[in-house]
Amino acid sequence: MTAIESTSPREVIQPGDVGRAPSAREVTIDRWFRWATRILAGFSALLVVLVVLLVAKQAWPAIEKFGPGFVTSTKWDAGKNQFGILPEIFGTVVSSITGVALAAVFGVAVAVFLTEEFIPRWLENVLKNVITLLAAIPSVVYGLWGIFVVIPAIRPACNWLHERLGWIPAFSTPLVSVGMAPAALVLAIMILPTVAAISRDAIAAVDPLVRQAAIGMGATPWETILGVTLPMSKRGIYGSIVLGLGRALGETMALAMLVGNVNIMSPSFFSPADTLAALLANKFPEAASHLDLGALMYAALVLLLLTLVVNIVGELIMRKDIAGGSGMRKDIAGGSGRNRGPKRLGTLSRRHDEEVLE
Amino acid sequence: MTAHVQPTPILGPAAEPQEIDLAELDHSLRRPRTLFSYCLSVLCSILALVAAVPLVSVLLMLVVRGGKRLNLALLTQLPPAAGMVGGGIGNAIVGTLLVIFVGGVLSIVIGVFAGVYLAEINREGALGGLVRFCARLLTGLPSILAGVFAYTTVVLWTGRFSPLAGGIALSLLMLPTIILTTEESVRSVGAEMREAAIGMGATQTQMIWQILLPTALPGILTGILLALARGAGETAPLLFTLTFSDFWLKGHLMEPTASLAVLIYNFSKSPFQNQKEIAWAASLVLVLIVLALTLGGQALSLRARRMMGAPR
Repeated sequence: MTAIESTSPREVIQPGDVGRAPSAREVTIDRWFRWATRILAGFSALLVVLVVLLVAKQAWPAIEKFGPGFVTSTKWDAGKNQFGILPEIFGTVVSSITGVALAAVFGVAVAVFLTEEFIPRWLENVLKNVITLLAAIPSVVYGLWGIFVVIPAIRPACNWLHERLGWIPAFSTPLVSVGMAPAALVLAIMILPTVAAISRDAIAAVDPLVRQAAIGMGATPWETILGVTLPMSKRGIYGSIVLGLGRALGETMALAMLVGNVNIMSPSFFSPADTLAALLANKFPEAASHLDLGALMYAALVLLLLTLVVNIVGELIMRKDIAGGSGMRKDIAGGSGRNRGPKRLGTLSRRHDEEVLE
Repeated sequence: MTAHVQPTPILGPAAEPQEIDLAELDHSLRRPRTLFSYCLSVLCSILALVAAVPLVSVLLMLVVRGGKRLNLALLTQLPPAAGMVGGGIGNAIVGTLLVIFVGGVLSIVIGVFAGVYLAEINREGALGGLVRFCARLLTGLPSILAGVFAYTTVVLWTGRFSPLAGGIALSLLMLPTIILTTEESVRSVGAEMREAAIGMGATQTQMIWQILLPTALPGILTGILLALARGAGETAPLLFTLTFSDFWLKGHLMEPTASLAVLIYNFSKSPFQNQKEIAWAASLVLVLIVLALTLGGQALSLRARRMMGAPR
């Protein structure tokens, strides 16, 4: 109602203004406008293709020269025209997987904590907003915080581990300042709000009736969570983790500030390392020769394909969840009113059974 | 404690009376099931609290270390050279606002048109589905690759670093948010309003401009503000499209320009205490800008939901 009033309350409508067929001029404008939206929509779809093609074109000299050996070589020496990104791929994968694993454990715990009535409702809302706020903090700020807070805080513990357990490859070097451990840790903290927010939504979307049914059958709260709630929201949770992984792979600034940007591949968590995105951030501004730039573009192409694959997978997981979810909600709301009654209840509970048993 | 319960026979012969131990129903930690549940609750709470520690620390450090230098001089002076005292981030604030403006204009024009196309012109078609899928993929584009894209197109073409290149890089990152939120808010306008407009003889264009867009405006603005907030905080795409400058903008738009994000990155590596302090203060200012945009967007979306009547 208010919407209608707010659209054009000022204009005085004259007889003949409305309730007539559109004039020829209006029809022409209409046609032009529709074409304009079509062209701009097509253009924005074309952008994805354009990004891949333009980066590939710039990378072409390097692709021709180095071939697939580029991704398996470990040297990056612009002076000798030797380029390889295996250490960067290794660093990207290790930091992302460590970061996402940490973020997944803590993120899902936070999501459960925020949905299963551990704390009063108003506190849940406050914390939910704090999480949204944290997701909005720029990554360069997380990087600054990592340098001045995280590294001094974890250095004693890391060096203690190195002294006592140095024979384990993961602890085989001391943490001097920057390195893989602070980078992965800050990465986890950065992805945590994303994982927590999407998982929380997925868990909160589980029909309360199902939860009440489980409690009514005598399940303890955690038997309900592990046996009913989490299995029913698992697609949203997996989706949040895959999307978090996509973010971690492409995350640039925090890693460029924390990972050390050293072209080595060490099993130690405390050793400096490098990632694809950090390599681009550091080397791009000073790329001198044509081949130098080509090699960076090649690295950008590898990163682009890596994140595209991860994001397509995440998109497909989330899409299935949305399709199933909205169907369920329609059933419950009894949308059209046609399938009310026992039949509706029957299909509803059967679907839930299938979900739970899966 | 025991009790005899006589189950009501439903079918067939009456069942034997069963003995139920009512102690079974007590909430006691000695029962493994209850204990298990209790332990998991404790574990989950501990994990959530541990997760909260770094997040609280980020906010606290921003306020404490950034607040120390937050004054008028900071907002109006040029960045200090290495080893100097004083100075501010005035040119970086101007640069950040300029580059978000350039990126915002580009992405709003393309994004709102594309969103209208998805919501009204081609709701179910193949091209619509493709555009939607591509927009979703763009949301996951690593920000540094947006910079690489702008570098290959604008910087190599014009031969210089500029706010135009930076703005194009940012617009690539803002565009998907604007497309998807515009589509969603235009779609949520009630069908009866569309039918009324068509019934009065409006063309689709008139209906879109005079009915749908004004009604969906709060939702669209929410998306735009969230996209601008994301763009304001981005650093990676600006490193080699905008680079940095120690001076005020000279008035023409084709020169390297300062921005808050790049200033924080540069000064974070500085050995000088003064520059480190400026980096923290700049972080606080940047977070406040991002926060203002985000909160503005959320306030608008609340209003939009109230206007639409039914919350989705």
